[in-house]
Amino acid sequence: MHSCEFHNLGSIGFAQAFAMQQDLAARRKQDLICDQLLILEHPHVITLGRNAHDENILASREILERAGIELHPTDRGGDVTYHGPGQIVCYPIMDLKAWKRDVVAYVRTLEQVIIDALADFGIAAERNPGCTGVWVNGAKIAAIGVHLSRWVTSHGFALNVDTNLNYFQYIIPCGLTKPVTSLRALGSVARREEVVTSLVRHFANNFECEFVETPRAPERIA
Amino acid sequence: MTDVVMPQMGESIVEGTLTRWLKKKGDTVQRDEPLFEISTDKVDSEIPAPAAGVLSEILVEEGATVKINTVVARITESGAAAAAPPAPVVEKVVAAPAAAPAATPVAAPVPVMAAPVQAESAGPLSPLVRRMARENNLDLSKIQGTGAGGRITKTDVEGFLGSRGAIAIPAPVQMVAPVARGEAPKSRVEPMSTMRQKIAEHMVFSQRTSAFVTTVHKVDMTKIARLRAKVKDNFQAQYGFGLTYLSFIARATADALRAFPILNSSIDGTNVIYHGDVNIGIAVALDGGNGLIVPVIRNADEKNVVGLQRSIVDLAARARSKQLKPDDVQGGTFSITNFGSFGSIFATPVINQPQVAILGAGSVEKVPVVIDDAIAIRSMMYLSLTFDHRLIDGALADQFCQRVKAVLEGWSEQL
Repeated sequence: MHSCEFHNLGSIGFAQAFAMQQDLAARRKQDLICDQLLILEHPHVITLGRNAHDENILASREILERAGIELHPTDRGGDVTYHGPGQIVCYPIMDLKAWKRDVVAYVRTLEQVIIDALADFGIAAERNPGCTGVWVNGAKIAAIGVHLSRWVTSHGFALNVDTNLNYFQYIIPCGLTKPVTSLRALGSVARREEVVTSLVRHFANNFECEFVETPRAPERIA
Repeated sequence: MTDVVMPQMGESIVEGTLTRWLKKKGDTVQRDEPLFEISTDKVDSEIPAPAAGVLSEILVEEGATVKINTVVARITESGAAAAAPPAPVVEKVVAAPAAAPAATPVAAPVPVMAAPVQAESAGPLSPLVRRMARENNLDLSKIQGTGAGGRITKTDVEGFLGSRGAIAIPAPVQMVAPVARGEAPKSRVEPMSTMRQKIAEHMVFSQRTSAFVTTVHKVDMTKIARLRAKVKDNFQAQYGFGLTYLSFIARATADALRAFPILNSSIDGTNVIYHGDVNIGIAVALDGGNGLIVPVIRNADEKNVVGLQRSIVDLAARARSKQLKPDDVQGGTFSITNFGSFGSIFATPVINQPQVAILGAGSVEKVPVVIDDAIAIRSMMYLSLTFDHRLIDGALADQFCQRVKAVLEGWSEQL
């Protein structure tokens, strides 16, 4: 049973959270810290994965700007996605050498964490073979994108709790022309913190780790 | 000589896609320095070099998918670096032609001289750095390299971008290059989806049925813009969804429909049906330009802004996730379309039959406005009303619009 530090960080800009992840991943690689789990929310942002296709952003830069949406290239796997208020963003910084040296098992386990948590709220979610992520009745409720460097993970997943789904109109999420959904759209009135608690519990179960209290949030890099 | 192989990233994995070389042929690499990237099932992994030396051969191109343990490159140990010296020569050959086309024939000698100097001062560049420079329109000569021999690394470029502020997005929209004759894509035939056929039929039916006229009114949304800016964060926190202009417009429209019931009617032969309920349809564009659907807010005149906003969020989300029930799209007595959210300032919407009018809301933009001979910055919006002139006279249509305008400009309600 290995240890994992949990940080519930509230709303953090994408660039700042990215710098924080890089810093933690670098320290994790040197074994200066144990595994880390960051839970946060981003202000409106559209991010492009390494394999992103520009044509999957449907709105012009001007419209995105007017709608107050940032655009960020990033080094995770996957295509285009949207993050914004009402979404739980979860970034595990984990050394997979201490778990299993298996990226597919890692992604499938992230999916399982989300599926188990949604079950707590009466939502039957499932995998969609060939389309990584978590789905409910053919609509995507959580997106996954991961970066791995020397078996240390960064990025992770985003689960729509009461996200304003209108913002997804600006993109083709992950290049797939499939609908998106959220707990709220599925009729759940679950509050964000309840969902976070459930996710953390199932994360501990599925990855067989033990959460330790942190005295303070990781240093925020401006 | 050390073989670099496609690593196995998990038990069930039999192949991997090489997405990017972080080094190029001839580059010196340190042991454990990231050498290339692979992609497997939404995971991008950096793969470190297994040995120090010179990357002497690249055997697998970017974008290729190969079985695990396939040799993708070879590293020659530094001692046997016979292949190393030619590398800088290759660099110069590559650099010069890249700069040449930019120069006019007369001025040629100058840029051709300039380009290699810049490339040399920067040292050899990895494909990643080149790409980052290209994508961000960077002049590499302005970046201080901190890598071996002063070369510019990814971190240097990121540092430079960071110091310059947010990562710059190239402003010009990528245009499709003109296609040479003979290369033009072939025309193709695709059947319309059922939804598209229905929309097509409905649109033409509407234009054939109504005597349509569009009238446009300017509305000063400043008061509402200020109110919205003041309350929107709390609103989002309290209700769990955002507050948009559309719900204010829907509220004002419901009020005006009560004041002018003929806008809330239908024509039936030679009769006019005045509808008892005010059921406002809201046009929702489906993802990816895959059509349009108009779910209905029932008894919209009985709802305040919060209630209208809740209905709009709910209907739009269910429209996009294809979970509308038949009842949700029937019984509309008037429609609103919000093309402003896509940046349109005004348009001439098509009436949703058998209704007799549709209100279109343009984008809300700050513009200079003359008020009492002074120029002020106000948040303005164009409202366009397409109405059926068989039944509604122009003067009446304009009175209706003036009512909507008056409610919005003099907003007096709580939310």
